[in-house]
Amino acid sequence: MTSPSTPAAAAAADHASGEANAFTPMQVMRRRMRSHKGFLIGAGILLVLILIAALAPWIAPYDPLETKLVARLLPPAWEQGGRWEYLLGTDHLGRDYLSRLLYGSRISLAIGFGAASLGCLIGVTLGVCAGYFGGRIDQAVNYILTCQLALPGLLLTMALVFLIGPSLLVVVCVIGGLHWTYYLVVTRSATMQIRRLDYVTAAQAIGSTPLQIILYEVLPNVRNQIIVIFTLEVGIAILAEAALSFLGVGIQPPTPSWGLMIAEGKTAMFYRPWLVVLPGLAIFLLVIATNLMGDGLRDVTAPEGRN
Amino acid sequence: MLRYALKRLVLALLVALSVSVATFALLSFATDPARAIAGEDADPLVIEQIRERYGLDRPLPVQYGAWIGGLVRGDLGESYHWKRPVSELIATHAPVTIKLALMSIFVTIVIALPLGIIAALRPNTLIDRAALSTAVAAQAIPSFWLGLIFIILFAVKLRLFPVSGDGTTWHFVLPCIVLGASSVPAVMRLTRTGLLEVLGSDYIRTARSKGFRGLRLLLRHALRNAMLPVVSVLAIQLGHKLGGSVIVESVFAINGLGRLALQSILGGDIPTLQMLVFVFALTFVLLTLLSDLLNGWLDPRLRLG
Repeated sequence: MTSPSTPAAAAAADHASGEANAFTPMQVMRRRMRSHKGFLIGAGILLVLILIAALAPWIAPYDPLETKLVARLLPPAWEQGGRWEYLLGTDHLGRDYLSRLLYGSRISLAIGFGAASLGCLIGVTLGVCAGYFGGRIDQAVNYILTCQLALPGLLLTMALVFLIGPSLLVVVCVIGGLHWTYYLVVTRSATMQIRRLDYVTAAQAIGSTPLQIILYEVLPNVRNQIIVIFTLEVGIAILAEAALSFLGVGIQPPTPSWGLMIAEGKTAMFYRPWLVVLPGLAIFLLVIATNLMGDGLRDVTAPEGRN
Repeated sequence: MLRYALKRLVLALLVALSVSVATFALLSFATDPARAIAGEDADPLVIEQIRERYGLDRPLPVQYGAWIGGLVRGDLGESYHWKRPVSELIATHAPVTIKLALMSIFVTIVIALPLGIIAALRPNTLIDRAALSTAVAAQAIPSFWLGLIFIILFAVKLRLFPVSGDGTTWHFVLPCIVLGASSVPAVMRLTRTGLLEVLGSDYIRTARSKGFRGLRLLLRHALRNAMLPVVSVLAIQLGHKLGGSVIVESVFAINGLGRLALQSILGGDIPTLQMLVFVFALTFVLLTLLSDLLNGWLDPRLRLG
C-alpha cells in the first residue's frame, strides 16, 4: 500500500498552489503517479509481463508444445533430480515448464485486455446513455442491470463458452459480454452529475447534438474513472479465464494457459507441487499487478488524491 | 412497509422471469441440445428423431412457454444426461451446497468484520495498512489454486483435514475457508469505510460528548448504522456463493449443485443447466429482497425511497 502521507501531501501541494496553479492536471497526475508506490509496483510488474508476452518466442528456451517423453515430470533445477537445461522442470508430457509459463502470459493478457475492452464498450455505452438521457432509458438500463446482477455469472460464462465451443475469441467475447456492470454503474452516476454542469448546458446552447456532447464533453470527463475500472476488470477477466480453463471448459489443451496448466498439474501435485504452485503464482502476480495499478490510478486521479 | 415489500417482491419475480428468458435464449443460441444428446457424429436422422421426441423442433417461444408452464405446475423437466427429473437432482444436491454456502459466509463474517472494525478504529496505522494490503493480495488469488494449495498443505502434508469429499463436517472446513475468504476483501473494505464514515459523523461526536466511549459507543451507536451496507453486501455474497460454489465443489469433490452444474455443462444437459441458472438467479433475487427488507426495517428512511 501507499504511505498515507504521499497522496495527501500531493493534494495539499495542489491546494497550496491555488488559483495560480503552475501545473496542468496531467502534470499533477504524473507527479502523483511517480510518488505512489502501489501504482509503481503494479505498473512495473505489468510492464515486465507484457514484455515477456511480446518477446516469448525469443526468450523461451523451448517450444512450449514440444513433448519429450524421456524428460517427463522433472522438478525445477534447484531441487534434487532437476536439470539446469529445464530451469523450472517439465510437465507430464515432458514440455519445458518455463517456456509454457512464458507463453501462458500471452493467453492471460490477451483475454484480460480483450474482455475488459468489450465489457468497457458495453458498460460505458449503456451507462452514458442512461445517465445522459435519464427517464425511461435510465429505467430500462437499470432493469437490465438488475437482471444482469442476478445471473450466476461464472456458471453462465462456463456454460456459454463450453457450449458455443471454447476458443480464445469465444472466451474473450463471453467474459467481456457478461462483465460490464461495474462500468455501467460508475459511468451512469458520473454522467448524471456532468450533464448538469454549465459546460454541457453551454454545448447544448450552441446546438451540439447529444452524440457530440457525449463524445466531447462527457466521455473525456469520465475517462479517468473508466481507466481505473478497466484496469481492475483486466484482473477479474484473467481470474475468470483461469477458472474456466482449470475446470476444463475454457482454453483447451495443448495451448499453454496458466489455469489449464494447474489442471494438468493437479494429478501429479502431491509429489510435484511446483506444477501447481508456479502457474498459480504467475496468475497471482499478474492480477495483483493490475489491481495495484487500478487502486493506484484511483488514488492519483481522484481530485482529493485518495479515496 | 407492506406496500414497499409487495412492490419489491413483484420486481424480484419479474427479474427472475426476465433472467430465465435471457438464459433460455442464450443457451439455445449456444448449442443444439439434440446434437449433444445424440453424441459427436450421430446420424442426422437420429438427431431429427431426438429433436422431435424432446419437442426441440418447436419454435423457441413455444418451448419456453412449455418450460415455464411446467415450472408453474411444479414440473421442472427431465435431465437428458441422468434421465431423472431435474427436481429430484436439485433436491439431492442442494443440501450440501446450502451447508457450504452458509458455513462460508460465516467464515467471511468472522474474518472480515473484526478486521474491518479494527482497521477503521485505527486508520492509517500499521494494522490498517496490513489489513488493506491483505485484502488487495487476497483479491488476486485464484480460489481454485488456493484450494489446491490448502489440500497440499493441510490435507496431505499436515494431515489435519480430509483431502476431498463431503462425508463429514470436517470435509467442509477447507472448502469453506477457501470460499469464505473470497468475499473477505469486499466485506472488510465496506465495513472499514462504512464505520470510518459513521465515526466521523455528528451524532457520534454527540454521543462521545455525552460520555459514551469504547465498546459501548461502537456497538450501540456506530456499528448499527455502519452495518446497513454490510448486510446488503453479505446477502449478495451469499447469493454468489450458492451460484459460485462450482469451483470449490470441483476442487474438493463435493457433490453439490455446483458440480451438478459443471457436469450438466460438460454433458450438454440443457434442462438441468437452465433450471440451475434459474434457481440461482431466483435465490439471488430473493436474498437481495430479504436484505432490502431488513435494511428497510433497520433504517426507516429507506422505505420512502
